[in-house]
Amino acid sequence: MQRYIVKRVGEAILALFALSIIIFLMVRMTGDPALLMLPPDAGADALEDIRHSMGLDKPLVVQYGLFIRDYAHGSFGDSLRSKTPVSELVKDRLPNSLKLVGTAAVIVLLISIPLGVLSAVYRGTWIDTLATGFAVLGQAVPVFWLGILMIQLFTVKLGWLPSSGMGGLDHYIMPAFALGFFTVAAIQRLLRSSMLEAMDSEYIKLARIKGLTEFKVIWKHALRNSMISVITLGGIYIAILITLGILVEVVFAWPGMGRLMFQGIVFRDFPVVQAVVLISAAIVIFSSLVVDIAYAYLDPRIRLQ
Amino acid sequence: MAKSINTAAIQPGKANPWPKILASLKSAPLIPLSIILVFVLAAILADLITFHDAYQVRLSDRLIPPFWQDGGSWSHPLGTDPLGRDVLTRITYGARVSIIIAAAALAIGGGFGTLIGLTAGYYGGKVDSILMRLADITLAFPLILFAILLVMVLGPSMMNVIIAITLVLWARYARVIRGEVLGLMQRDFIARAKVSGASDWRIMMRHLLPNVMPTLIVLLTLQVGWVIIVEASLSFLGAGIPPPTPAWGGMLAEGREYVSTAWWVTTAPGIAIMLVVLAFNLCGDWLRERLDPKQRSI
Repeated sequence: MQRYIVKRVGEAILALFALSIIIFLMVRMTGDPALLMLPPDAGADALEDIRHSMGLDKPLVVQYGLFIRDYAHGSFGDSLRSKTPVSELVKDRLPNSLKLVGTAAVIVLLISIPLGVLSAVYRGTWIDTLATGFAVLGQAVPVFWLGILMIQLFTVKLGWLPSSGMGGLDHYIMPAFALGFFTVAAIQRLLRSSMLEAMDSEYIKLARIKGLTEFKVIWKHALRNSMISVITLGGIYIAILITLGILVEVVFAWPGMGRLMFQGIVFRDFPVVQAVVLISAAIVIFSSLVVDIAYAYLDPRIRLQ
Repeated sequence: MAKSINTAAIQPGKANPWPKILASLKSAPLIPLSIILVFVLAAILADLITFHDAYQVRLSDRLIPPFWQDGGSWSHPLGTDPLGRDVLTRITYGARVSIIIAAAALAIGGGFGTLIGLTAGYYGGKVDSILMRLADITLAFPLILFAILLVMVLGPSMMNVIIAITLVLWARYARVIRGEVLGLMQRDFIARAKVSGASDWRIMMRHLLPNVMPTLIVLLTLQVGWVIIVEASLSFLGAGIPPPTPAWGGMLAEGREYVSTAWWVTTAPGIAIMLVVLAFNLCGDWLRERLDPKQRSI
């Protein structure tokens, strides 16, 4: 177990390290990084200042050290547009994004698990056809279009739900469903096939012979074993939710990291985009690390491999 | 890794998946295949089959509804966008953008990844562990985030979108192909090829590559839709194909402010993306079941 944890933590650190180096080199090899950090109308003095503080007159290794030191201290530079430190913008926005992703994750589990189980149990019936059709569709509809469609229906046509911003619970409904849609489809599909496999297995036959109720056989024994395949990919699902969250936040004007980044892209506010990408990537890498370790803890086969 | 040995590998050294592919075309999913055909033809023939300029701004013609609504006409079957450009024309040219990006990213990323996978699986040992560690690190990057940053630094253009996708895409191919090769390396025909003095390159290209072809084809088909969605997402965020080039994601972004008054501006590109991605996914699923029943979990 310890060896496995060390290996996975090492991989995660290497991934972050590689990401930081790629960003660092990318910025420096493709032009003058000082220009990226300043608005186009900045004067020569400001340019000289930023060159000095980024250490652009020093060797690359020293520059990289400065870059890492700043990030480790949580100082990501100033936004070009609002002139405020990016760290403050992030501090305001990050909780909002986590709330949205968390709500979506709960919705995903509440919908995809029953859907996956039912489509396996009622294989070949209309329930299966409907659930599988939904899964196939879910993987083809871009989330941002789904969000726009929902606004057209529930806000413009029916006037039931607010289309933008944060507020009461009703503000969560559309963004969280739009965000979860793709993942629901993916989990449903995976769970269906592993449930079908599980229900064909010896231990399920034994459970039936023992005289357990069909309900217990399916929802306890078969589901528990089938969930392993879903948990294996847990890290990937979290990564998908966080990345898609950016698009959903833009559609629903959700005041989170994704919208912050979008505004950064629109106004070519590089320090903001850089910080949001690095922080989001770190969250993705860290959460898949936690999922993998928890999973290895639950399933001894993984850590012994 | 014995799991990944596939049936196409039974004929040592000269496995040829093509007769099997052609024979199975009889049970092909016809609707998805015809959608793909229409999509490819639209992309190639865009200049011949459209009657409007995809770039010409005509503010007097802005936001004309599609032909079946009041105020619509057959001259703009799917209506016009906020700048008065014909939506159908821009969808048609958008197909070209999507297909160029998907083809280029998959050819470069898939080709490079396959080469890495063959090398890692064939040589094993240190080479294998270094290459696979690199692939794992790459797979840990959230692609869209990475692409946004790269495009911000390099500037939005079709080339830079292709570069960004390719830089992440290769890793999945390297992983999957390497797994297949590890299974193949245990087999007699590879040992015989080695004894008969075939060079490493020859063994990789003539003996291993044909045997991993079915898996490669399935993976490529399944990822076309994914690349198209990634490109659309980037263009939607303004970090992809820069306007005024017609790209489906960009069209959705331009129409977003008009959802309450002009639904067609966003609906048309949305349906286009959905249909094409759906078609490629269904074909990929079908190919997977045809070619490689043991690889259902790619």
